[in-house]
This record gives sequence, C-alpha cells and structure tokens, in this order.
Amino acid sequence: MSADPPPRFISPHAEGEFYWTSGADGVLRLQRCGDCRRYIHPPGPVCPYCHSRALSPEPVAGTGTIATFTINRKEWIPGFEPPYVFALVEIDEDPTIRLGTNIVGCEVDDVEIGMRVEVEFEANGEWHVPLFHPLPVERSEE
Amino acid sequence: MGEPSAYRGAAITGVGFTEFSKASGRSVLSLAAEACRAAILDAGLEGADIDGVVTYQYLNDSVPAQAVAAVLGLGDLRHILDSGLAGQAPCYLAAHAATMISTGVARNIVIYRALNGRSGQRVGSARAPGDAADLRHDAGLIAYPQTIALWARRYMIETGATEADLAAVAIAQREWAARNDRAFRRSPLSIDEHHASPMVADPLRAVDCTTEVDGACAIVLTSDERAADAPHPAVGIRSAAYVLGRGGGLDMADSSSWPDLSRNHTSLLADRLWADAGLGPDEMDFAQIYDCFSSVVLFGLEGLGFADRGEAGEFVRAGHTAPGGRIPVNTNGGLLNEGYLHGMNTLAEAVLQLQGRGGDRQVPDAETGVVTSGALQDGSALVLVRR
Repeated sequence: MSADPPPRFISPHAEGEFYWTSGADGVLRLQRCGDCRRYIHPPGPVCPYCHSRALSPEPVAGTGTIATFTINRKEWIPGFEPPYVFALVEIDEDPTIRLGTNIVGCEVDDVEIGMRVEVEFEANGEWHVPLFHPLPVERSEE
Repeated sequence: MGEPSAYRGAAITGVGFTEFSKASGRSVLSLAAEACRAAILDAGLEGADIDGVVTYQYLNDSVPAQAVAAVLGLGDLRHILDSGLAGQAPCYLAAHAATMISTGVARNIVIYRALNGRSGQRVGSARAPGDAADLRHDAGLIAYPQTIALWARRYMIETGATEADLAAVAIAQREWAARNDRAFRRSPLSIDEHHASPMVADPLRAVDCTTEVDGACAIVLTSDERAADAPHPAVGIRSAAYVLGRGGGLDMADSSSWPDLSRNHTSLLADRLWADAGLGPDEMDFAQIYDCFSSVVLFGLEGLGFADRGEAGEFVRAGHTAPGGRIPVNTNGGLLNEGYLHGMNTLAEAVLQLQGRGGDRQVPDAETGVVTSGALQDGSALVLVRR
C-alpha cells in the first residue's frame, strides 16, 4: 500500500453509513437482526432471514479469515496505487458474512486464502475505513 | 422428448452484426439499428414484420428498444423489453421472446446488444450504483476483472487448477479465433506469451480478459410457420434455464454473500437444463460458454458436466475444446477474442453453427449445441437444435 491513504470512494447508503463511521473507538460493528440475531452484510433494509426490520449495528470481535483475494497490479481507480490486495474476509462470528476490504501490514505476495486477519481502521476525517492486517501466525485449527 | 410448448412455436432464423472496432465513431443507436436491420434481412423479413424489440444493457451503456424501433420505422409493436441484466441476459431473453411468439403475443422479435464498449463507457471503469458498490469501491474494487479474480483464485485453491489451465483456455480459443474474420484477436497465442501478458488482477492476466469493443449484434425470432420460409435453417429452443442463486448479493458484482466462489450459475441450472432437453452434455456438438474471462470457461465446463470437478483445465489442455476436439467450445474465439458484446455474439455464434454458416470454423454436422450467458451467481442457458 502507498503511504498516503487512497482516495476512497465513500458514499454510504442509508443502512450502511455506520460501517465507515463507527470505528473511531477501534471496534468493528456489523448490522445484526434484533429478532433472529443473525448478522447481515452488506447492510440492508430488512433481515433476509426473518424479514424483521429491527436491525442495528452491533460490535464484533474484528477477527476473521481470508476467503479469497486478488492482487491488483493495475491502477483501477486513480490514486489506488498498485499493487494492493482486495480480499473478502469471513468474520469469526459468522463465516457466511464476508467483508470486502484491503489487506494491509504485509507484503502483497504473502497474502493467502485461509490467512487469519484482524481489523484496523484508516481514519480520514469522519470516516474510519475497516481494513485488515494479518494476525500473528496461529493458523486456524482444523 | 421434443421442444417444450413454450418455445415450440418459435425459432431463431436470423443474425446480424456491425463491425467490431476500437472506436466506432458512431452513436450506439446507429450501431443498434444496423445490427437489427441486418438480422431482420437475414431472417428474410422486413421492418414492417417486426412487432417486438428486446434489448439489455449495463449501467445505461445502450439505447432503449423504443429508440431502435423509431429509427427503423417499426410500428405497432406488441412487445418491448429493456432488461437491466447484463451478460446474463441473452439466453434468457431468447427464451422469453420464443415464449411471446409461441403464445401469440408477438410474431417477429428482434433482440440486440449494442454499445461503444471500448471508446465509450467501459465496464472496467464505470462505477456501479447501488448499496453493495459502496462496500467495494472504498477498498479499491471497481472493475469486473477484479471480481472475477476473486472467484478464479478461490477455484484454483479448491481444485488445484493453475495458471496453465487459464492459459489453455485462452490458447484454444485463439485457435478458433484465427478462423473468424470478425475476431479482434486472431494471432496464435503460446503459453509463454500468455505468461508474459501483464497481470492485471492476479491471477488474471490481460489475455485472460475479454476484448472490449464497439459494436452491435442482433438475432431475430419468428413463428415456426414463418421460419419454414426463412432463407436459413430454423434453430429451435430445446430447453432454457435461468437461475439466480440464493445469496446472490445486492448486485451483479456483489460476491460477498455467495457461498461457493468456486462454482457459478451453470452448476445450479445444469440439471434442469439437461432434464428439460432430454439430452446431456455428451450429445452436444458444441458449447458456447460465456467467457468474459478465461476462468469462467472452466466453471462452465464443470457446471454443465463436460468435465468433472477440478478437471476442466486438464480437459482443455488435452485439446478437447479446440478445433477438432471432442466438444468445440467458443468457436468464434469467444468474448476473449471476437469481442465483448456481452454474450449476444456467443448466442449468435451458436445460431450460425446450427445453420451451417460457420465458415472456416464450422463444426461438421452441428445439430445441437449449448449456450450460456453470464459468469457469476446468476445466468441463463439454452440447448438449441437445428430443426
């Protein structure tokens, strides 16, 4: 990653704004259904499992596993200097929930599927963008 | 088992193309009108015969069906449809049009895809609207190759497929493209040249990606009575399927909710497609598999049952999909080489093959073939037969 923060496109939809703003305290929050208690991501207007509308952001541990990733070798977006990693991270609370994010804090060629990662936040004004860095080597037990 | 009643009363009889170029210098409307007119004439019809116009677009990169009807002077339309589906659309829309004709809603329908996909808005740079896009763009994912790369890498990890397997797809299809005057990329491709191609979204290299072009492509469907008098053989729909898998996400590029990134829509619709056709993969004379990227062909070969799980790469490397192979795949060179008309040309190529109009790339005695539309968790497919 480049040293300067990339010019991230943030134009949150109504249900999703908290995803980029609630991390000032270092805690990752995801939308959760108040009735069936499932996590929902991307944040939506209604729970896809029980159709409840009692949805609100709740804290999660902020740890997860890389489900897949791509190393971008081309400048797809001006300012996003290659190479950078876009990954889908499965969160520990519910592996069906995957967050699209960047993997930072390591060489791009060291990123692997199955790698354990932890959230950090890139502060930029009011935004706190959830990014993930590798956890110290302690691979998930089978 | 014959053709189902929903489709039996209709047939595909004509195809039309514009030139495919890097810069058409023309409006999308002009391209659309040219391809539609060509397809109408190819079907032995006149503009006045057309009472249905159908199209699809992505992020408003095209012109509405009504505009094409206006410039071609078509009138008294009975059926019109502008679909927001992208590459998933062509097979679905052909089946839909056949149903409209079989049930008497319309008599002659033209379906087109038109875009200045190279000189105008490119899929690789257009920012998608919608709630899922926010969650990709903030981390630098905007272009379609990046999304496909996520799937390709997961597939490779799960199956052991390698870059050589991706290369094999690109190489085999380049062999087909060499026989197709319309194809944009026609020169032979070696494995060394593949591996030297710039990595754009690892594991995808530039030659694993489709060739974006300006152009248009159209097909015409007519009633079975009218088809008997058409200049070229009628092509019937033996079966059709569309599927959107559960957990498909908020939009086309939203992979975040899709449970299995190593299988695409073809795995979900294959059983239905083959059962309804009363035919199986072994009975196909060719397969035109949507191939915006090389990896998607591997997904399609396995999803449709041409190759076992994890063995599509070996299947392609053995030459089975190349000219002279057991199951010719993407005989126009595919979207990789002919150009990215979002699968409309994939379907048109199937029609040309079944009509015996494949020229230097004609598959001998082609009577039945399968076509797919789409790369990810939703898509459509047809089994087509020469009547």
